[in-house]
Amino acid sequence: MATEHTGAVSICVDSHGSAIGMPQLCFDWFPNQIFWLVITLVVVFLVLSRVALPRIAAILAERQGTITNDLAAAEDLKAKALAAEEAYTKALAEARAEAQRIAGEARAEIQAELNDAIAKADAEIAAKAAESEKAIGEIRAGALQSIEAVAKDTAGALVSVLGGQADDATVAGAVEARMKG
Amino acid sequence: MASEAQAADKAAEGGSLVFHPMDQFIVKPLFGDGAVGMFTITNSTLWMGLAVLAIIGLMVLSTSRRAIVPGRMQSIAELAYGFIYKMVEDICGKDGVKYFPYVMTLFMFIVTANFLGLLPKSFTTTSHFAVTVVLALAVFLTVTILGFVKNGAGFLSLFWVSSAPLALRPVLAIIELISYFVRPVSHSIRLAGNVMAGHAVIKVFAGFAAIAAISPVSVLAITAMYGLEVLVAFIQAYVFTILTCVYLKDALHPHH
Repeated sequence: MATEHTGAVSICVDSHGSAIGMPQLCFDWFPNQIFWLVITLVVVFLVLSRVALPRIAAILAERQGTITNDLAAAEDLKAKALAAEEAYTKALAEARAEAQRIAGEARAEIQAELNDAIAKADAEIAAKAAESEKAIGEIRAGALQSIEAVAKDTAGALVSVLGGQADDATVAGAVEARMKG
Repeated sequence: MASEAQAADKAAEGGSLVFHPMDQFIVKPLFGDGAVGMFTITNSTLWMGLAVLAIIGLMVLSTSRRAIVPGRMQSIAELAYGFIYKMVEDICGKDGVKYFPYVMTLFMFIVTANFLGLLPKSFTTTSHFAVTVVLALAVFLTVTILGFVKNGAGFLSLFWVSSAPLALRPVLAIIELISYFVRPVSHSIRLAGNVMAGHAVIKVFAGFAAIAAISPVSVLAITAMYGLEVLVAFIQAYVFTILTCVYLKDALHPHH
């Protein structure tokens, strides 16, 4: 046929290949479109309902689960961190108290030792002082006797030099009397 | 494509504008020149197949890693899932969730076919009434059968507006009945009409581009229309799906 040189010719297409009226209303093509549409829809439905939708649902559920778990884990870790901080604070306070106690003990010990040492030193000082006192007393007594003897001798010599005659007893008596005065 | 070249030839020869805005909707065999039989592989078949591949690519391949932290494509797949799942749950209620795969199938097919149809030189399967009427009738029959199976004769209370005065009820029942049977018509023509009109308008603007003086305006107009069509491609899929949910709710809960 001469009119077929442009390709598909039907009642809906003219000899130049242009549409006659609306191609949408060409009933010749309906069975073809409907047949392939049904095939397409069935395939799409099977693909979606068998593979795609369950998979996406699983992915979304898994994500939700992961988020929930992570939030719970975060909550848990936060609680742990708080507990750790509390424990740390408590330990710090205890350590401080302990340090204070040890320092107090050490101070008391040192004070006691110090007191002991002071007392000992005082006693030693007292003993030494007493000894010294005694020695001084002896020295003083010795000195007095010596002075008396020297005074007697000097007085006897003075008297003899001045031309007097003096017996020892008188001189001694006079010197003693003077020394007492 | 051959027809477009011819149209251009004719325009050049005649020196006048020739518009064939509807030629893009012609169904033709992919191999050979024969007539379009029921099982012929046509351009419509090709683009439906590409839609299937696109859906598999988006919903199956992109989720194959099952990543806890999703990549781009997996995010889109999850977004589509969450979007339709929430829609079904919000409108149909908890007991409507088991029809989610059917609604998802409709939405994914329509939205993918719409967007694939926006590619230059492509064939828009959803611009054909044969396609959208089948989709709408499938919803209509499913809803009607499901309504009677779930509620028995109680499904008829959908037409008996119990909140209206008794005298008005028969009148309202007739109106409700008519509106019920008009549903598949409006449901299908809304989708095909919107898609077809947009594509045809773009083609008309493209025809004006043959005149050098107004071709910049023509290109601008095509760009603007294309942006609008991107919006329409999604919105019509959304509208079709949300109406499906609303009808499904009527079947599950006919008492208002």
